[in-house]
Amino acid sequence: MRVAATLRVNGTDYPVELDPHISLLRAVREHVGLIGAKEGCDDSECGACMMLLDGQPVNSCSYLALQAEGREIMTVEGLAPPGELGPLQQAFLEHGGVQCGFCTPGMLISAIALLARNPSPSDDEVRLALSGNLCRCTGYEGIVQAVLAAAAADGG
Amino acid sequence: MTRSLTVASTLEEAVSALSGGARVVAGGTDLVVGQRQGKAPLPERLVAIHRLEQLARMSKDAGCLRIGALVTHATLAADPVVRSRLTALADACAIVGSHATRAFGTIGGNLMNASPAMETGGPLLCFDATVTLRSAGGARSLPVAELLVGPGRTAASPDELLEEVCLPLPQEGGGSAYVRLEYRRQMEIAVVGASAVLRFDGDALADARVAITALAPTIRRVPEAEAELAGSDGGPDAIAAGARAIAAAAAPISDVRGSADYRRAMAEVISRRAIETAAARARGADVPVPASGSAAW
Repeated sequence: MRVAATLRVNGTDYPVELDPHISLLRAVREHVGLIGAKEGCDDSECGACMMLLDGQPVNSCSYLALQAEGREIMTVEGLAPPGELGPLQQAFLEHGGVQCGFCTPGMLISAIALLARNPSPSDDEVRLALSGNLCRCTGYEGIVQAVLAAAAADGG
Repeated sequence: MTRSLTVASTLEEAVSALSGGARVVAGGTDLVVGQRQGKAPLPERLVAIHRLEQLARMSKDAGCLRIGALVTHATLAADPVVRSRLTALADACAIVGSHATRAFGTIGGNLMNASPAMETGGPLLCFDATVTLRSAGGARSLPVAELLVGPGRTAASPDELLEEVCLPLPQEGGGSAYVRLEYRRQMEIAVVGASAVLRFDGDALADARVAITALAPTIRRVPEAEAELAGSDGGPDAIAAGARAIAAAAAPISDVRGSADYRRAMAEVISRRAIETAAARARGADVPVPASGSAAW
């Protein structure tokens, strides 16, 4: 049986009808229609599904959608208006932080969460903050450089 | 049966749902993952307790730190009292899962899932923690040592909700540490873990408590090792004897993360590091949290 609920994603309220056991990731991808967050491992290992819930990073594959009702959900689509790139996304492009792109939404969200709690992280702090996110293409170096560059450009 | 999820807005509502056969979900970091790993299907009826603000608080009274069941690993790892007086617990909470796990995973969930590899169990045992379990019929208090009865099993009945964890604050002058063997910094589970809580009186160890993680069906204290350490000078020979006693008491399993032989061999190494770090902290050394991966061994 489905339950009527409202999910607030990137500042917009979406009325949805959800299976009570559906994950936040599936609810946002299949019911809200925002497909930026990805299912990698479906096991909280890879971080491709990372979203912010009330500003905190959450593996959305492992969180029940109905528990997110009444809270602020942020996905990668919330980083910039459609067709535009935010400064962190631009830095990922400039520093070769993107190859196949599958991990990128999760990387960006983890990096945003890091910069919110620590606007001027060290190289080690960036690596630690992103170590719950797996990338099989870039070798991570470009991603770390992108986060450091975005922090520096923001005056961090 | 129909799937359901009740979002409880009062403690009474939560325990009433438990009496009706529902199971608790808080941060979801074990329960929801366990379903997909095939360990256990998600229970048909769930009661979510994330809105119970009174369970998300910490308070200090009568020499005890009271930690609500919903307090997250991130909160505990950052708390000044936990870091200074209950440092082994900060060591443990700082390395649970990833930033995301620590932001949503709770101390209540970590305890009630009762994994023999859980990070917080060893420190809680060594600090003599007790838990309050609440049901529709009332509340009872139980030492953590009696709560953990087997892999994934607790002494709580299905209609009981873990409400809070109570930690007596140790006397000043002690030191503690939790160290684990890990293959990866984040999203890792202890391959082998050890906790040590020590207090010197002058040059002698007046109090020594140690516990092992991922080395027995439950996390447990090791009295043989504590006997080696208590009354000693806490020097290298005493620490080595304590670590050997821990390895001798270990009864590990073989699984994908390590063979029983390897775990037994590493039990001595990891225990020695935990005891050394606790002793250094007890003597006033500033060993950063988390002890795992940050000390110079």
